[in-house]
Amino acid sequence: MLLNFSRWCEGTAVSGAINNSLWLFAAIESVHLLGLCLLGGSILIVDLRLMGFGLTGQPMPRLIRQVRPWLLGAVTIMIATGIPLFLSEAIKCYYNDAFWLKITTLPFALTFTLLVRARIARDGAYVNALTQQAGAMSIVLWFVVAAAGRWIGFS
Amino acid sequence: MRSRRFVRATPRPTDALIESFLGWVGGTGWSIRLLESLYMWNWVESVHVLSIALFVGTAIMMDLRLVGLAFKGVPASEFTGRMLPWTRVGFFISVATGLVIFYSNPLRYWHNVFFRVKLVMLVLAGLNVWFFHSRIHKRVSEWDVEPVPPRAAKVAGVVSILAWAMVVVTGRMIAYNWFDCDLQPQPDWVNWLASCALETGAN
Repeated sequence: MLLNFSRWCEGTAVSGAINNSLWLFAAIESVHLLGLCLLGGSILIVDLRLMGFGLTGQPMPRLIRQVRPWLLGAVTIMIATGIPLFLSEAIKCYYNDAFWLKITTLPFALTFTLLVRARIARDGAYVNALTQQAGAMSIVLWFVVAAAGRWIGFS
Repeated sequence: MRSRRFVRATPRPTDALIESFLGWVGGTGWSIRLLESLYMWNWVESVHVLSIALFVGTAIMMDLRLVGLAFKGVPASEFTGRMLPWTRVGFFISVATGLVIFYSNPLRYWHNVFFRVKLVMLVLAGLNVWFFHSRIHKRVSEWDVEPVPPRAAKVAGVVSILAWAMVVVTGRMIAYNWFDCDLQPQPDWVNWLASCALETGAN
C-alpha cells in the first residue's frame, strides 16, 4: 500500500516538474538546507538555555516566546521544501532506511518540542534536572532527524 | 557515485604548481581510502552539515538580534559572550570536516566553480566578522540593550546572514557536476572561473 502511495507521489505534477528540471531539485534542497540552519539555531538556543548554557541571563519563558515565530517559520520552510523533495524521489525513499528513520522520528521531535519542551520552558524558573533532560532530549531527537535526513542522499 | 576527476595542467606556472601539489595530495593513500570508503566519507559529510546547523544557526540568531528582528531586551553582549563560544565550536568543526572533505578529492574541488565562489563568500563573511568585532562591538556598551541597534550593527547582521547563506548554498552546489572541467563544452566564463585546461584544438 505504501509502495503504491510512493508510486502515486512520483507521478504527481510536482514530482515531474522537479525531475524534468536540471536545477529545481538543487534549488529546493538549498532552501531546505537554509531552513535547517534556521531550525538548528532556534532549537539549540532554547536547548542550551534549558541545560544551563548560552543565554542564561534570560528567563526561559521569555526566551521560548521570542524564539517561537522563528522556530515555527523554520519548521514551515522545512516541511514546505521537504514535501516536494520527497515527491520527486518517493520510490527511492520507500526503499531507504534513513528516510524511514527520519520520518518516524520527526513526529516525536515535533510534538516533544512544540508541546512538552515548550511547556517545561514556559514553567521553567531555573535550570533543574527536568529542564536539562528536556534540552538533551530535544537535541537527540533533532540530531536523529537531521542526520538521517542527510543520509537519505547517500544511497 | 563519487569519482575522481583529473584535469590537465594549465599553462600558467603557478597553476601547474598547485595542480601537481593537489594531484599529489589526492594520490596519497588516506585520500584515496577516504574517497572510496563505504561510510567514512558520509560520516564526515554528515558532521559537516550538522556542525553548520550549529554554527550558522546560532550565528543567524545573533544576526537577528543585531538587525533588531528578534530577542528584543536580550543584551547584544550576552549573545557575543554566551552564544558566540557555541558558534565558534560549530565553525571549527565545519572547517575541520571541510578540510577533510577537500583532502578526499582536492583536484576536483579546486576546479569546481561553486567551491571557488564559496571560498570568496567565506572571505567576505570573515571580513564582516572582523569588521563587526573590531569596530562595532567595541562600543557595544553604548547600545547593548537598545531594542534597535545602530545602523552599522544592522548592516553587519544583514551582511552576515546573506554571506553565510551564500556559503551554505554554494557549498551544497559543489556536489553537482554541471560546470566540471571534464564536462565540455562549457561556456568560456565557466572554463575561466574553474581554470579548466582545454585540450588543444578545442573551442
